[in-house]
Amino acid sequence: MSGADDVILRVDNLESYYGPIMAIRGVSLEVRKGQIVTVLGANGAGKTTLLKTISGVMDPEKGIVVLEGKEIQGSEPNEIVYKGMVHVPEGREIFPLLTVAENIAMGAYTRSDKAEIARDTEMVYSYFPILKERMAQAAGTLSGGQQQMLAIGRGLMARPHLMLLDEPSLGLSPLLTEEIFGIINRLNKEQSVTMMLVEQNAAVALSVADYGYVMELGRIVMADDAMTLASSKDVQEFYLGISEGENQRGQRRWKQRKTWR
Amino acid sequence: MDFVQLVVSGLANGCVYGLIALGFVLIYKATEAVNFAQGDFMMIGAFVCVGLTNAEYMGLSFWLAIPLAMLIMAALGYAFDWGVLRHMSGQSQTSIVILTIALGFILRFAAGTIWSHEPVSLETPFAGQDLRFNGIVLGIDEIAIIVVTVVLTALLFLFFSRTKLGVAMQAASQNQLAAYYMGIPVKRIQSMVWALSGAVAAVAGILFASKGAIDPSAGLLGIKAFAAAAIGGFGSLPGALIGGLIIGLVEPFSSRYGPPGVSQIAPYAILLLVLIFRPGGLFSQSQKKKV
Ligand SMILES: Nc1ncnc2c1ncn2[C@@H]1O[C@H](COP(=O)(O)OP(=O)(O)OP(=O)(O)O)[C@@H](O)[C@H]1O
Ligand SMILES: [Mg+2]
Repeated sequence: MSGADDVILRVDNLESYYGPIMAIRGVSLEVRKGQIVTVLGANGAGKTTLLKTISGVMDPEKGIVVLEGKEIQGSEPNEIVYKGMVHVPEGREIFPLLTVAENIAMGAYTRSDKAEIARDTEMVYSYFPILKERMAQAAGTLSGGQQQMLAIGRGLMARPHLMLLDEPSLGLSPLLTEEIFGIINRLNKEQSVTMMLVEQNAAVALSVADYGYVMELGRIVMADDAMTLASSKDVQEFYLGISEGENQRGQRRWKQRKTWR
Repeated sequence: MDFVQLVVSGLANGCVYGLIALGFVLIYKATEAVNFAQGDFMMIGAFVCVGLTNAEYMGLSFWLAIPLAMLIMAALGYAFDWGVLRHMSGQSQTSIVILTIALGFILRFAAGTIWSHEPVSLETPFAGQDLRFNGIVLGIDEIAIIVVTVVLTALLFLFFSRTKLGVAMQAASQNQLAAYYMGIPVKRIQSMVWALSGAVAAVAGILFASKGAIDPSAGLLGIKAFAAAAIGGFGSLPGALIGGLIIGLVEPFSSRYGPPGVSQIAPYAILLLVLIFRPGGLFSQSQKKKV
């Protein structure tokens, strides 16, 4: 299908700690250029930690992260953003007292090409017209959904080849989640931004993703095409909330619980 | 006409307090640490300018000495953050506060050793000149202090609202983590805030020394500036300046019209009232994160 050169991100045997706590226990994965790859997992599985380690916010204890052929593990985020990967963190994390326009401008901090920045600002506003309307408003006064849009728009301003998105659906209504995922999908197709998407909402994540990984307790326990994952029994039961027939279920539960804990 | 003179000299003092308070707030906003050596930065800034311009030292032109002193103080601020504080990350705020208090002692001692413990006056082109009209006598030095403070405030306002670096400083102080995620080099930005507050301290020191004398213990004035910053809310730059002006104005009026001793207590009495009735300070900014 494809050679190693269309792998935009390769993570190999990554291990990360919070003090003595090992949060990432040897994760390996690949993201191909142009894809949307999702990482699913329950609370505390280590998804956020994985993204932080990839984007340089945390340093790994072991393992490598290769972005477009170059090893980047242990680099500072400003170098990594400059190299084309941006991390849109969990819980929005906007600059509350700056205006919407200033927030967006800060996304381009590592760039200096004024004309290109102006063009990208217009591009961001074309995907999120509400942000243009609220340009001069303090970002802290936006609604939660608008703040999420701002966080994504601000991330786009770094002109990323690869965007790491941590739970963009957090705290949003189903309707707004649909809308945001629609935009994420369009950005992927129209602006060719490769996406690595962490989600609790497996249904919506698998609906846009090409490929998916499932994490449990700091490890990857499943990896497959999004379609295959969506039809897998384990994923259906634990992440999509679809239950199967009663007889099988008792036994399967018990077996799965062991990997679960 | 007494009144106008009191107002002008009160405002002039208030400008100096306000500029020191500005330094406190700059660093507090950027790093969440309080620099208790801010008053001593002011004092060192004044001495550096004395060293550059006074005839018995280097004798440079006053107008050249000002930017040089600002540059030297900016370098000192940057170096302190870069060389010392950056290696303290992960330590408690208390240990950083203690460190800045220690820095204050070191600066006072260094100033005494280099420039003596006697009061020294800064030689300015306008020393001792007056402006007279309608029977009002105003010192040129006091007018200059007010004008310089207004200009500096306007420049700082433009810097923070119009330049990429200024907006990034605000961004890093509002949400350090997000700034880090966006590729803003937060640590370097913090060092630059220290540099900026060093330069502002130099201006405050030069203004202070130009209307009187400077000695190594002058930095203790920082306590009043600290009260000014707290009156302003400790998170607001305009608040710090206005807090400084309030204290500056209250002092001469309470000593003129109030019972003896009141003027020494007045700044802290006002601080107490503000803290009781508006615990966040006069200009507290509220920032809430929506879920
Ligand atoms: N700052 C921290 N200090 C210590 N332990 C932490 C820290 N942050 C996370 N952890 C631990 O690391 C593990 C992984 O956390 P992480 O935030 O990566 O999970 P997650 O998969 O993103 O969960 P969620 O879906 O709830 O966001 C958890 O057990 C968590 O308790
Ligand atoms: Mg998380």
